[in-house]
Amino acid sequence: MSAVLQVSGLRTAVATADGPLEIVRGVDLAVEAGETLAVVGESGSGKSFTALSIAGLLPAGATVTAGSIRIDGQETADLPEPARRRIRGAQIGMVYQDPMTSLNPMMRIGPQVREALTVHGWTAAEATRRTMEVLDEVGLPTPGAMARLYPHQLSGGMRQRVLIAIALAPRPKVLIADEPTTALDVTIQQQILQLVGGLRDEYGLAVVWITHDLGVVARIARQVSVMYAGRIVEQASVLDLFGAPTHPYSAALVASVPPMRGTDRGDLPQIGGSAVPLADLPIGCPFRERCPQSIEICAEREPDLLPRNGSHAACWVEPGDWT
Amino acid sequence: MIGLRWAAVRFGGALLTLFGVAVVVFLVLRVIPGDAITASMGIESGTLTEVQRASLEHYYGLDKPLVVQFFSWLGQVLTGNLGVSLISGQSAASLIGAALPITVELAVLAAVIGTAAGVLLGMFAASAPGRWRDGTAQTVALLGLAVPEFVLGAVVVAALASYFGYFPDTGTFVPLTSSVTGNLSQMIYPALVLAVGFAANVMRTTRSAAVEVADADFVRTARGKGVPAGRIRSRHILRNASVPIVTITGIQFGYLLGGTVIIEQIFALPGLGRLLFTSIENRDYPLVQSSVLVVAVGFVVVNLLVDLLYRVIDPRTRAA
Repeated sequence: MSAVLQVSGLRTAVATADGPLEIVRGVDLAVEAGETLAVVGESGSGKSFTALSIAGLLPAGATVTAGSIRIDGQETADLPEPARRRIRGAQIGMVYQDPMTSLNPMMRIGPQVREALTVHGWTAAEATRRTMEVLDEVGLPTPGAMARLYPHQLSGGMRQRVLIAIALAPRPKVLIADEPTTALDVTIQQQILQLVGGLRDEYGLAVVWITHDLGVVARIARQVSVMYAGRIVEQASVLDLFGAPTHPYSAALVASVPPMRGTDRGDLPQIGGSAVPLADLPIGCPFRERCPQSIEICAEREPDLLPRNGSHAACWVEPGDWT
Repeated sequence: MIGLRWAAVRFGGALLTLFGVAVVVFLVLRVIPGDAITASMGIESGTLTEVQRASLEHYYGLDKPLVVQFFSWLGQVLTGNLGVSLISGQSAASLIGAALPITVELAVLAAVIGTAAGVLLGMFAASAPGRWRDGTAQTVALLGLAVPEFVLGAVVVAALASYFGYFPDTGTFVPLTSSVTGNLSQMIYPALVLAVGFAANVMRTTRSAAVEVADADFVRTARGKGVPAGRIRSRHILRNASVPIVTITGIQFGYLLGGTVIIEQIFALPGLGRLLFTSIENRDYPLVQSSVLVVAVGFVVVNLLVDLLYRVIDPRTRAA
């Protein structure tokens, strides 16, 4: 089965006073219908810019400079804005990090969902029917009454459900979720994860789930890409990532997750140092200076993402040779 | 939609403000040297005997305590008696009644033109902050603010006279009720002059509000839905920027009610500004007093309307 979303060699740069700065430095992703790919990384790893690039929602000053983004085989990376607009929403839905500020405070819920349909050519009657249907699908009680409310009358969890309804109303093929549970309570997080998982199966959605939370990864995805300094450093199944990470950075991330059971109250392992600034990337592997495994070649050339033990890793040192 | 409690509080507040205005207007005219006797008799009042003065003071009620004077004046005002002009002998109420509609019409025209132009220019500037169109629009607005209206008014009058042979300040005033086109042809030029500064302020407020709203998360949501840029500006950005725009429009409109003095003088419009100007010149205190009161009432009413509009525009203010 071919991937619904196929990203290859994606590069995204933002304009700065010192010229363009590459935030995404050659990212490959593929997601099939009904699958979730988690993209993990710390702040500044380029994961959000990857999401915004795919959704065609880059802020002013940021542009995709190279690479291909195919949705159902159709190339979207080099489309002019009018054609791009017709794909946004209709074929790619997006759910955002902060449900409290992501809805228009002056518009009722119903019209905000409806607008996602009418701008893509749905008739008024069809749009109204679909709005009620999708509000019901995301688990909001009494959709008719809900549609007449304003955002400030809803809780954070309910608002996130409305945003999911907006994203899914036009039946897109791809859903990009940019840390949608980060701002929510843990119990609500669980509900949203279950909701999106259920809708993914029902709609056959290809989901890209951006997060920094490995706990979320384990609950939503089967495949995971770990990003560091604008590149994917490990691509693995979730089981392999947790069981046998093939990149020292992923290994450190996995080790820093607090254990669920056990009496060991010792200090959590941390990753020393801080993420390298993209404006000032060193020659060689960008993780080198924080890496316990680094060898000579790491300072000379940046490793490519290559198959390793069933996963893919961008590292010069084989896990078997780790100290 | 509009809570009863809120309405009660807000109207009560407006009434209190108006009472305060009445007190100030009353006191200011008592503090100014000269009372009603000197005002009506001029220097002859100096020749009055003690007895004559006392009887006149009794006639005008000046022998009573200030508080009693105030409430008797307020009672008169509330029953529609604004006093009598010392110069013409006509009732202040009828003089103001004739002048007020002209000023209100002028202010409404200026506000409509100024708001429309200001919002359009502001949205135009905000659509590309920091780019050439923004710079151009901001320069235009700054010019509009920098040129005083008496200069602009004089230039317009001179230009109309020399290029079109039209002399706005010599014709007799045509009321709106007798000829709409005749009236508008007289009112449009002063309204345009007033609209320039009005539009400049609205433009600056619109621009900064729209630039701020354009960065909001919900605008990104709208883009993510595939909403076209024009619709994002009108449905999402402008709507959310409308509260400061309504505020600046209301403030300026209220200001125009008392701020048309110069323009009415230049364009020879018999409005409230001109009435105020001539009555001050003539030391026609009862007329000054009631004109100022009417302007103040207008200001308070406009503010009340603006507050009411907030609640219509912004659903969040209705909950409180």
